[in-house]
Amino acid sequence: MTMLPDAFSDLEPFAAKWCIEGQDARYAERLASTMPELQAFYDATLPRLADIMSYLDGFDLASIPSEPQNHNLLLLAYSFVQMSFSVEAWGQPRVPDSGAAEILAVYEPAI
Amino acid sequence: MAKFPKPAEGSWTEHYPQIGTKPVNYEDSISPEFYELERTAIFGRTWLNVGRVEQIPRTGNYFTKELDAVPTSVVVVRDKSGEVRAFHNICRHRGNKLVWDDYPREETSGTCRQFTCKYHGWRYDLEGALTFVQQESEFFDLDKNAYGLVPVRCEVWEGFIFVNMDPDAEPLEGYLGELGAGLKGYPFGEMTQRYSYRAEVGSNWKLFVDAFMEFYHAPVLHGRQAVAEESEKLAKYGYEALAYEIDGPHALVSSWGGMSPPKDLDMVKPSERVLRSGLFGPWDKTIDIDLPPGVNPSKMPQWGEDSFLFFPNFMILIWEPGWYLTYHYWPTAYNRHVFEASLYFTPPRNATERIRQEMARVSFKEYGLQDGNTLEATQTMIETRVVTEFPLCDQEIALRHLHNTARQYVADHQASTETPVDIRA
Ligand code: FES
Ligand SMILES: [Fe+2]
Repeated sequence: MTMLPDAFSDLEPFAAKWCIEGQDARYAERLASTMPELQAFYDATLPRLADIMSYLDGFDLASIPSEPQNHNLLLLAYSFVQMSFSVEAWGQPRVPDSGAAEILAVYEPAI
Repeated sequence: MAKFPKPAEGSWTEHYPQIGTKPVNYEDSISPEFYELERTAIFGRTWLNVGRVEQIPRTGNYFTKELDAVPTSVVVVRDKSGEVRAFHNICRHRGNKLVWDDYPREETSGTCRQFTCKYHGWRYDLEGALTFVQQESEFFDLDKNAYGLVPVRCEVWEGFIFVNMDPDAEPLEGYLGELGAGLKGYPFGEMTQRYSYRAEVGSNWKLFVDAFMEFYHAPVLHGRQAVAEESEKLAKYGYEALAYEIDGPHALVSSWGGMSPPKDLDMVKPSERVLRSGLFGPWDKTIDIDLPPGVNPSKMPQWGEDSFLFFPNFMILIWEPGWYLTYHYWPTAYNRHVFEASLYFTPPRNATERIRQEMARVSFKEYGLQDGNTLEATQTMIETRVVTEFPLCDQEIALRHLHNTARQYVADHQASTETPVDIRA
């Protein structure tokens, strides 16, 4: 079984790396990535973002976590949002000059 | 050339003559002695926001809050009659911290029918009364009624829970003044989807308030977050607020914001275009909001965001697309504080709305990391005292007011505690 719904098989190569729970963990994965890795994920996902949203909108939001493929797709979208700044603004994984600063997510809703 | 009208005096700062226009001395942010005075003069006497009612919706729900500056720890609980109460988090037997898990210095939350001390098992009900003493007969004339939890003044305004260590402090609503009154009725209670953040910052608490009460820095420090062309335009344009208000110890910055949605989609990044969301939040409103009169006080159509600072350390940011953000700055030393931020949205109705919220919270963090890191760089250099006076511009009026207010609270407190001369001697 694939990690993502069949309609998103083109994004399957990115699923193992980017289907991550928790914003801090997604940010950490971004910092642990190279720019070519981030660029490849960005280039593949940006044109599919609208499809991801309309596909997931076909399901009751509260039910998504109990359907692994849909849940993974949602997490992949969160990861895309998280790393888009590296490509669109910074040209590097980290926020510039943010060496010593850390802002941790201490409370996140269940979904 | 001003783009938005200023008061007749020619500047916002001169509109409030008590504020002054001279360079500002930042000794109040680098002096350990001044911080020691602030602890009593400010944090021991003002209304401090510690959370919201949605955190404790049902009887027995509680959370603790560490107030290092006071210093104390408080436990805030919903009692049996549905009222919100606060107590000092200390057991009356031998002083153990009453409510904590694993690490005594970490905050916690939960639900209980009564509070039981981990040390010798004394129990207190949700109203703070001592209800059980282990081996009570071993004690000497122990009157349980005299050993309830020590209450802390606690009042709720628009769902925000405040505590005050000063028994003589004026009621909360009066303290929040005109700025507070003007915010009443905003649908805070409908925005229950919360994302919270915490950071330990190597600067005086007031320096981070400074960074969030002016946007003079925004086109420069945050310039690269906009697409290149837009960023150049913004830098040339600079920043002007729509309006500033000073009210007692509090202040408001009212800002324009053309990004939600932008006039021209090329102004924003490709992912924002697809998501219809960004720093100003999801572009499409999820509820109709009748803004209370205190929001967008100049009633400008370009309005995008208002930042309210309720002295000393509580900010509420109201965003035009219909969500809000809070900031807290909790000092732990003269050059350190804990920064907290919470973003509040209406609960998402589908994945699209949820992913749009993700864009807003990620943008918040990207900006916050930039803001946060300049603070340590500033703190360490002003501590050298190589330069002691700093010129602040009209867009930095709220900073002048914050530092003036802190100095005034400390001076008033010193005047009131000056040891009276003993005339009999
Ligand atoms: S200190 Fe709490 S029961 Fe002894
Ligand atoms: Fe900023």
